[in-house]
Amino acid sequence: MATWTPDPSFYPSPRMAARAPAEKLAYVASFDPERRRKDAVSVVDLDPQSPSYAQIVGNVEMSGAGDELHHFGWNACSSCLCPNAPHPHVERRYLVVPGLRSSRIHILDTKPDPKKPKVVKVIEPDELAERTGYTRPHTVHCGPDGIYISALGNAEGKGPGGVFLMDHESFEPRGRWEIDRGPQEFAYDMWWHLGYDTLVTSEWGTPDMFEEGLVPELLLGSKYGRKLHFWDLHKRRHLQEIDFGKQHQLVFELRPAHDPTKAYGFVNCVVSLENLSSSIWVWYRDGSKWSVEKVIEIPAEPADPDRLPPALKDFKACPPLVTDIDLSVDDKFLYVSCWGTGDFQQYDVSDPHKPRLTGSLRLGGIVSRAAHPKSGAPLNGGPQMVEVSRDGRRIYFTNSLYGAIDPQFYPDGLKGWMAKVEAKPEGGIELDRDFFIDWPAGHLPHQVRLQGGDASSDSYCYP
Amino acid sequence: MTTLWPWLAIAGLGMYHGLNPAMGWLFAVALGLHRRSQAVVLQSLAPIALGHALAIVVVAAAVVTIGLAVDPRTLRLAGGAALLAWALYHLFYGARHRTRIGMQTGLAGLILWSFLMASAHGAGLMLVPALIPLCLSPGAHAAMGAADSRLIPLAAVGIHTLAMLLVSGTIAIAVYTWMGVGFLRRGWINLDRLWIAALSATGLVLLLY
Repeated sequence: MATWTPDPSFYPSPRMAARAPAEKLAYVASFDPERRRKDAVSVVDLDPQSPSYAQIVGNVEMSGAGDELHHFGWNACSSCLCPNAPHPHVERRYLVVPGLRSSRIHILDTKPDPKKPKVVKVIEPDELAERTGYTRPHTVHCGPDGIYISALGNAEGKGPGGVFLMDHESFEPRGRWEIDRGPQEFAYDMWWHLGYDTLVTSEWGTPDMFEEGLVPELLLGSKYGRKLHFWDLHKRRHLQEIDFGKQHQLVFELRPAHDPTKAYGFVNCVVSLENLSSSIWVWYRDGSKWSVEKVIEIPAEPADPDRLPPALKDFKACPPLVTDIDLSVDDKFLYVSCWGTGDFQQYDVSDPHKPRLTGSLRLGGIVSRAAHPKSGAPLNGGPQMVEVSRDGRRIYFTNSLYGAIDPQFYPDGLKGWMAKVEAKPEGGIELDRDFFIDWPAGHLPHQVRLQGGDASSDSYCYP
Repeated sequence: MTTLWPWLAIAGLGMYHGLNPAMGWLFAVALGLHRRSQAVVLQSLAPIALGHALAIVVVAAAVVTIGLAVDPRTLRLAGGAALLAWALYHLFYGARHRTRIGMQTGLAGLILWSFLMASAHGAGLMLVPALIPLCLSPGAHAAMGAADSRLIPLAAVGIHTLAMLLVSGTIAIAVYTWMGVGFLRRGWINLDRLWIAALSATGLVLLLY
C-alpha cells in the first residue's frame, strides 16, 4: 500500500542514515544443514533495555524443508528516494528470503507484528526458472526501480548465473536483468554505485561446484571464481571484467562506498593458492575504467597438523578464510571476518588505499576455538556473516558459512552462535559480554538483517 | 479570447508539475550535489523543462489535429476516457517504471528523462480540458486565422512550461542552497495520489458535461 509520506527508515544520504535511531530487532537466516527440518528466519531482540535482550524472540518457518536460507533483503530502502526513479511512498516492510538450495523464495511481512513475521507469498522454483531463466537465488538488493537478485545457476542449475528483477510491490519475478552478459559466467554477489550508473558482480561458481562442498581439485586448479564484473546499470550491459589472477580464489562480498559520489568499494578474496592468505581489494575508478588494488593481506598462521581438518593437514597452517566483510555507513570502518582463524578485525579505511588495523578480537577458529565470556566453553566456527548498525556503533555476526562447507573446516560439527561487538567512534572494538546467542541445535545462523536497515541494505543517491 | 480560466489552469498545472520532485527539480538538485556546483543545478533545469514541454506539445498537437477533424463532443469524450484510463494505469502500475537515465546523464539524457516522466505522468492529457475551449471552440475559430490555430497551443505550452520552470527552479535553488534534501523524509507527500484524483475528476467532467 502506498503511504502519504516516505517510509521513515528511508534517508536521502548516508550521513543522515548514520544518525538513525538504534535498531531494536534483527532478522537472522536460520537453516538446517541436514535439510530435514524447515528453515526459519529468527527474530533476535537487540534492545539492551529489554528483558529478552540477546534472545531469540520469534521464529517464522518456511513452507517446506531444504531451502538453505543464506542471504536475504528488504523489499524497499533509501534508494526509493532517488531522483531518476522516485517512488518513496512504499514501505520497508517485506523481507525477500531466497532458498539458495531450493530456489524457492519466501516473502515475509514484518509489519503487523515485527516479532512475528508471516510468510505472505511463496515463489516456487519452477516459476522462478521459467520467468527468469535462473535458479539458486542469492543476494537481494532493493534498487531504485525494483528488487535485484543475483542467482548462481541458470534454469538447469548450470552456468551462467546472473541477475534477475522482481517487482517491489507484487513480488512477481520480472525476468532476467542483463541484456548483454559479455564473458561473465559465474555469479555470486551484486551491488552498485548509483552515482556512477554501475553495477558490480563477483564470482563463486556454478551449483555443481559448491553444493556438495568445496571441491579440492577445482580449488587447487584455480577453477572457482576470481573475477569482478562491471556493468552499465541502466543499459544492462557488461562493460569490463577484472581477473584477480590464477592464485586468487573465491572473490565474494561487494561493499561499495555508501556515499554516491565516491567511486570505490571493497571486496574480499577468500584464499590465495600461493600461501593460503586472504586478501581485501579496493576497486576504484581510474580514468574511464575500473581498476583494483590489493590493500590488505592477512597471512595464514602456522599450526599443528593434528589440530587441522584433513583438507588442511598437509599445509601445516590455518588459513584466515576471510568470508565476509562489511563497510560502515559513513565509509570509515571496514569489518573483516576471518572464519578460519576466528579473528574479527576493524580497519580504518578513511583512505581506502591505505587501510589501518584499528581493532581485533577472536572468537572460535579452527585452531584457537576461542570462547566468549558468556559461553564459557570453547567455540567452533568463526566470525562470518557480519552486519553493522546504521550509526556504526554495533556490529553483529554469526558463525556458519554454508551447510556443505562448514564440516570441511569444522569436522567436529559446527555449533551455531551469534555475537555482538561495540565500536568506538574513533576506532577500536570491544565484545559485548552480555550478547551471546547459543543457536538452537539443529539449525545454523547465517545473514543478519537489522530492523529499519543496516550497512549492507540501503544505497543512496545524495551525498 | 473568451475567458481567462483556461490560461490560469494551464499555468496552475505548470506550477503543480514544477512542485513535484518526480518531475525534475530533485534530479537537478541531485546532479548539483554530485558535481558540487550550483551552476549544474541551473543548467539541468533547462533540459528538464524542454523535455516536459515536448511531452505537452505531443499531446497538444494531437488534440488540435483530432479536434479539427471530429466534432467537439467526440473530442471531449475521447479526452475524458483517456484521462480515466491514465488514472487507472497510475493506480495499478504507477510505481512500475524502469530507470533508463542515471546520475551520469548528460543534457540529452535529461531531455529524454523529463519527456518520459511527463508523458508517463499524463501531464499533457491534463491540459486537454483547457486546450479545447482555447483552440477548438467556435468562438476561438472565428477569432483566429489559420496561423493562430497553431500559435494558441504553442502559447499554452509556453505558459505551462514557464510556470513549471519558475517553480521548479525556485525550489531547486532553495533546496540546494539552504534547505537540503533532508526535508524530503517528511516533506515529500504523495503527490501521485492527488494526481490520480485530479486525473479522474477531470476525466469525469469531460465525459459528463
